[in-house]
Order: sequence, then structure tokens, then C-alpha cells
Amino acid sequence: MIIYSLTFYLFSSVAVLSALMVISAKNPVHSVLFLILSFVNASGLFVLLGAEFLAMILVVVYVGAVAVLFLFVVMMLDINFVKLREGFLQYLPFGALLGIVLVIELGILFLTDRSSNIYNNQTPLQPIVNEVENTKMIGQILYTEYFYLFQICGIILLVAMIGSITLTLRDKGGVKRQNIDSQNTVDASTAIEKKKVKIGEGI
Amino acid sequence: MTYDILITGLIIIAQILAVVVPVLISVAFLVYAERKVLALIQLRRGPNIVGPFGILQSFADALKLITKENIIPSGSNKIVFILAPIITMVLSLAGWAVIPFAPGWVVSDINVGIMYLFAVSSLGVYGIIMAGWASNSQYPFLGALRSAAQMVSYEVSIGFVIITVLLCVGSLNLSKIVLAQQTVWFAIPLLPMFIIFFISALAETNRLPFDLPEDESTLVAGFFTEYSSASFVLFFLGEYASMILMSSMTVILFLGGWLPPFDVYPLNVVPGVIWFTVKVIFILFLFIWVRGTFPRYRYDQLMRLGWKVFLPFSLFWVVATSGFLVYFDMLPN
Repeated sequence: MIIYSLTFYLFSSVAVLSALMVISAKNPVHSVLFLILSFVNASGLFVLLGAEFLAMILVVVYVGAVAVLFLFVVMMLDINFVKLREGFLQYLPFGALLGIVLVIELGILFLTDRSSNIYNNQTPLQPIVNEVENTKMIGQILYTEYFYLFQICGIILLVAMIGSITLTLRDKGGVKRQNIDSQNTVDASTAIEKKKVKIGEGI
Repeated sequence: MTYDILITGLIIIAQILAVVVPVLISVAFLVYAERKVLALIQLRRGPNIVGPFGILQSFADALKLITKENIIPSGSNKIVFILAPIITMVLSLAGWAVIPFAPGWVVSDINVGIMYLFAVSSLGVYGIIMAGWASNSQYPFLGALRSAAQMVSYEVSIGFVIITVLLCVGSLNLSKIVLAQQTVWFAIPLLPMFIIFFISALAETNRLPFDLPEDESTLVAGFFTEYSSASFVLFFLGEYASMILMSSMTVILFLGGWLPPFDVYPLNVVPGVIWFTVKVIFILFLFIWVRGTFPRYRYDQLMRLGWKVFLPFSLFWVVATSGFLVYFDMLPN
């Protein structure tokens, strides 16, 4: 079990450190790269908990798709680093307030009875090994007990998708588009026109 | 206690080496095979000087590249610039951890093997984006942007193809996916999905006719324009290793992995690993054949194919397959 705890401390410390670097890195692209590192380490922690399906979904959805587009946008932006630092003091009180609220909430959580049970429980954290794969377990709960919530999530995503399409879709005139079908159906009779040209006149 | 950990560590390292070393050697021979096959397609001789039939050409090339000077552009973001090829290489090797070469011949037989492969192949885009951005130069940056859009687009249809196969298997474990094909390989009932998967695999590995991130006629060399020497070798090895990985994934999903074509006497005594290798070589030959035959796609055509053709069709096929399985009560448990 030493290997298990070693990997746990490796994943969690790298996750926390890279999360710190996300907010302290000077270059925004570096911030996004550290965010990705933090995601990957979080998925490592999921694997240690025995939730391998969640771990893989985290990598596929967040790292493989969301963060790619995020990185894409951040790279394309023309960011002025000096200007970016200017608003720091202006936003500091609000950010500090959010941080303090979060710390107080965590403190309340740790001081209540609920957390003391975790400390009294002497059995080490270990992956829960079941006969049923956790992919199947998630499916069995998600599509029966939480069926309506699942459907509502789908509808919310659909609305967001339609909204973003209507925001970005602009039908400008004068854009040349390729019509693959009409191109493929071209043959000699439609592409070539025969004309009888009179000498000295042209067409 | 400490002795046990040492033994476990040594076993893990031995397993990693037992997979990685053959993969790297097969990369060298794949490069040689590609040059030979392309030469035959174009009625040339191909490499024939170094060693018998030029078989040692790739090793000579690797030696030449590594001994060259490694140039890091002064305007580049140095750490990211060096990390990018390493990430590409590591990711193309990481996927091999879950590939079953024969019954029981797998480093890590995890329950979500196919999801792991999907995750690792979707991470491959980072090496390219980081390389393009860190080079701080126009052509690599354009290559990186192209590859980001391209790989994300084709991942979607790959995801749907995987879902179709999983509907017929009922498990995400790669060994179980292979064993589910004992009666018939999935390439036969799911032939359209097999073709979509193969074409998406070409796009996912940035191979011709979809190699727009390194399009030499418009982008010099695309995302690795600024790379030289060992860092270039890492990109090169990474591309071919991920090609072999995608071929193995195709073989496992559609061509019955290590299983023989028919379970009859002379065929089923051949070891599974040989069947697996033969099938992977067949798919790799298709990769090279496509490269020698088709012209490169234009970028808008590539996007049209991904979003307007493959995505609706694979979505339809997911619905059709699940409807068929439910109607005839053939759903696996």
C-alpha cells in the first residue's frame, strides 16, 4: 500500500501546485497549460478512488475538448500583459472576499461532527473493488433514479448550443460556397458550350 | 517489505520495456516500409543502400538526426518548446499500456481500456498546439490552429463509432471487446462504421490526405517547422507510434484482435500475437496506400467531411444499432 499512498501524494501535491500556478503564472497560455496538468492529476486521484470511468470522462471531456478550445482562444487573443496587471488592486477586495468566504466554509466543514468521523475511521483509503464495473453502476443509477434530471441536463445543453449558434451565425452575402453535388454531376454536355463563331466578329 | 516494492518496481519497468522497445523497433521498420511502398507505387526503387535492401535506412537516418545541432529559436518560449515533442512521444507510447496483444498479454487490463485509449489519443493534440505556439512563428502557429480544429472534429465521430461497438459488446474492457468477436468480426456487421473509423484515424494521426497541420505546400512543415535534431526525431517517432497505436485500436475494435479469421485447425494453432501483428500490418499498409493514392484535402472540405458527413451518419448508425439490438433482444449484459 506504500505505492498507493505515494501515488496519492504525488497526484494531489502536483494538482494543488499546478492550481496555484494557474492563478500566479504571468503568461495566460502557461496558466491554461497548468490548468490542464491540474485536470490530469485530478483524474489520477479519481483512478485511485476506484472511479476509473469518471477519471477517463474527465480527461476526454475537459482535457481533450474543453481545454483545447480554451487554449485555442487564449492563444488567439492579443493580450497586453501590462494592462492585464493594472486591474489587480481594483479587483483585489472582491477576490479576497471570495477567498475568505471559501476558507470559512471549509473551516466549518472540518469543525463539524461529519469530518471528525473521517479522522476516527482508521481504515486507510483504498479503492473500492466491486464485482460490477462502475461504468455499469453509473448507468444503472443515471437512467433510472435520476432520469428526469438527466433529461433536463440534456435540454439545457441543447439550449446553450442553439444559443451559441444563433449568436455566431452571420449570413453574409457574396460568399462563394462549394456545392459538391453540382460539381460531381458536371459532364461534358453541361460544362462545354459549342458555338459557331463567325469570322471577324467573335462572340 | 522494501524488497517486495523493489521486485514490484522491477516487474513494472520490465513490462514497460517489453512493450515500448518492440514498438520503437517497429516504428523504425514502418518508416522503412512506408518509403519502400511509396517507391513501388511511384515506380522508384526507394532506400536500397544502407544494409541489405536498405533495411537499416531508418537507423542511419535516426543517427544522423540525433547528431545534428539542436536549434532553439531565440524568440521561442523555451520550456514549452522543449516539452512539446516530449509530450507527443510520451502520449503515443502511453496508449500501449492497455493494448492486448494476445490472451493475457497486456500490461494493464483495466475496465475502461477503450476510454483510456480514446483519452490518450485525444490528448495528442496538445503536443502539436504547444509546438506551434511556443515556436513563436507564423507557419507553425497556423499548423497548430489547423490541427486543434481538425483533431477535435474527428474525435467526435470516433467517439460515436466506439459507442456503436460498445453497444454490441457490453463492456469497455479491450480483451472483452476482442472476445465478443469470436462469432463474427465487427468489421462485417458494422462495415460503414469501420470505414468511418479508419478515415477518422487518418485525420486523428494527421496522415495524408488530412495532413493539413504539416501541409508542406502551404505551411513549409507546419507545426514542426522550427524543430531540428532530436526534438524533430521525437515528433517523427511520435507520429508513427501513434499511427501503429490507431491501427491496433482498429484491429481490436473491428478485426477481432488476436482471433484467427476462422476457428478451424490450421488457423487456430497460430499464436494470437501473430494474428494481431498481421492485422496491424494490413491496416498500416492501408495507411501508406492511402498516402500514395489520394491528394490532400482542402481545409473547408476536411471540416465539411467531419461535421456534415461523418457526424450525422455515425449518429444515425448509433441509433440504428441500438434500435436493432433492442428490437431483436440481442443486447449484451
